[in-house]
Amino acid sequence: MAFLEIKDVHKRFGYLEVLRGVDMSVNEHQVVCLIGPSGCGKSTLLRCINGLEPIQGGEIKLEGDRVSGPGVDVNRLRREVGIVFQSFNLFPHMSVIENVTLSPTKVLGFSKAEAREKAMALLSRIGLEAKANEYPDRLSGGQQQRVAIVRALAVEPKLMLLDEITSALDPELVSEVLNIVRDLAGQGMTMLLATHEMGFAREVASKVCFLYDGVVHEEGPPEKIFGNPEHERTRAFLKRIIEAGRL
Amino acid sequence: MSDIAAKERVGGALPTLPARTDGLSLAALLFAGFCVLCAWGATRTVASALDHLQIERGAGWSIVFFLVIAATAILFWPAARSWSFSSRARQALSTNNIVEARIDAAAAREWSYLTFGWGATSLVLLAFASFIMANNAGVGKTFFYLPLIAEKWDLVLRAFWNNIKIFVIAEILVLIWGLVVAIARLMPGPAGRPVRLLAIAYCDIFRGLPAILTLYLVGFGLPISGLPDLIVPPIVGLFVNFDGMTAAEIKQFTRIPLTWYCILALTLTYGAYVAEVYRAGIDSIHPSQWAASRSLGLSYLQTLRYVIVPQAVRRIMAPLLNDFIGLQKDTALVQVIGVVDGFNQARMIASNAFNLSAVTIIAIIFVLITIPQARFVDRLVERDQARMRAAS
Repeated sequence: MAFLEIKDVHKRFGYLEVLRGVDMSVNEHQVVCLIGPSGCGKSTLLRCINGLEPIQGGEIKLEGDRVSGPGVDVNRLRREVGIVFQSFNLFPHMSVIENVTLSPTKVLGFSKAEAREKAMALLSRIGLEAKANEYPDRLSGGQQQRVAIVRALAVEPKLMLLDEITSALDPELVSEVLNIVRDLAGQGMTMLLATHEMGFAREVASKVCFLYDGVVHEEGPPEKIFGNPEHERTRAFLKRIIEAGRL
Repeated sequence: MSDIAAKERVGGALPTLPARTDGLSLAALLFAGFCVLCAWGATRTVASALDHLQIERGAGWSIVFFLVIAATAILFWPAARSWSFSSRARQALSTNNIVEARIDAAAAREWSYLTFGWGATSLVLLAFASFIMANNAGVGKTFFYLPLIAEKWDLVLRAFWNNIKIFVIAEILVLIWGLVVAIARLMPGPAGRPVRLLAIAYCDIFRGLPAILTLYLVGFGLPISGLPDLIVPPIVGLFVNFDGMTAAEIKQFTRIPLTWYCILALTLTYGAYVAEVYRAGIDSIHPSQWAASRSLGLSYLQTLRYVIVPQAVRRIMAPLLNDFIGLQKDTALVQVIGVVDGFNQARMIASNAFNLSAVTIIAIIFVLITIPQARFVDRLVERDQARMRAAS
């Protein structure tokens, strides 16, 4: 049984149907990359898995347990499933350490000291312990995104959703963020990431899913998707990526 | 006649050719002269008022008058500079030195504007001095009669203590009550709908009602309705043993002072304003902050408490202070239900003395208390931004 199962998921915003029956699955310790053109529904799918958007059809199962639809304790679900956003979304009125310890203290019930200790350990892993008392606005984009990843990790989720986390970064800051994701993958964290970094996807992904027009058009191991894609649309998409010098 | 000057006459083929400033400089000189004339006139008005008040005009006042006229005469300096630059520009133009002419003309314009700006300001100040001292200091005596002010200021100040009590307590209550109403207005989902409607109705009603009406209705109406007599004695009875007391004695424990009705009325009125301010602040926080907080497992209320409201409050400091200053000024209305506040006290003094100087005291107090608050909020906002914002 897959760790995360997505079956025939439909999502509408008014008359606009963004997801039209997405089927896919993520096994434990797998890193699955979602690729596809802008507006194909990658971010929406991740937000649905996290319960930030309700779905209108189909179901999402986490460890065999249905986590979509009415009656699901979303606050509980979100402890299992962390998400990191494209635009970091750190809390600007809190220092780095307060950002990271907010959820452990208020949701998981850790004491301040405990949460702080754990947060410092996480921060030192990404080399930002010196910035613990800075406010987000004083950090570079790359540093902010690393803090956002640590903030999500502090809840000790079983699954991490990464929503184009390097898209808003200057090129020279991308690698510091990707290195963390690489580390996480090495530690066996289960991850589902939407990304435009094809080289990175090729390197870390156990599986790549090409999302187009609200459905998964093609999926498979990265060698197959990037080396020998079956579908015309996948080929056309990758061709444009190569033309842009991104692969 | 030079080539350039000829071109200028034909139709300004050169866009960089400076416009003539002679007229402007002349006007500046004349204006400076006019201001000095007005200064002399103002000193005459003051002098005759002093004579009328039988104040001995010694050398001191002569020096003051001289200084006023001399200070106004300083206006001749920028005016003269303007004139000399205009002449230089004229000469430069006649020798075809167009760049020089342009620079001089700009300087001439700048100096003449300086004359006009400072001249206009000094005219306003002179007019104000003349207004106070006109009609043999009639205005001055009516509003600024120093003996009355010296005699009565402590009485007014003591009555103003009532205003302070009312607005400090009301402001604390408004801060809490406004937030409660704002959150009620933002209740999500169909279940929150009736609560939202209730909150909207409350805001509509109490923002629409004039504060003076709310004060009147609450301050007179509630006691007449007898509702406090129904509610208060049982509550006080929990703490005080009424056994064997006469009705009058019980009343001593259970009477609600009128001041509290004022506080209630002002809280109701300003709670509606402040709720709207809170709501605007909360709405202004980007939805991504909600998403980030909820995605960390924080509940709706936790997200409001730790993420949204703290950021919103930082943004609404200035409009919040606006409403607080409004509230402070509206404490002058409490006299409609017979509470003796600073203004009421000042009015009584004014009608006894047939002189408004006591009202001037209260006016000055009202202005004075708001200034430190404004500076305090400025500082608070600056400090907060310095802490959170990047150094750039």
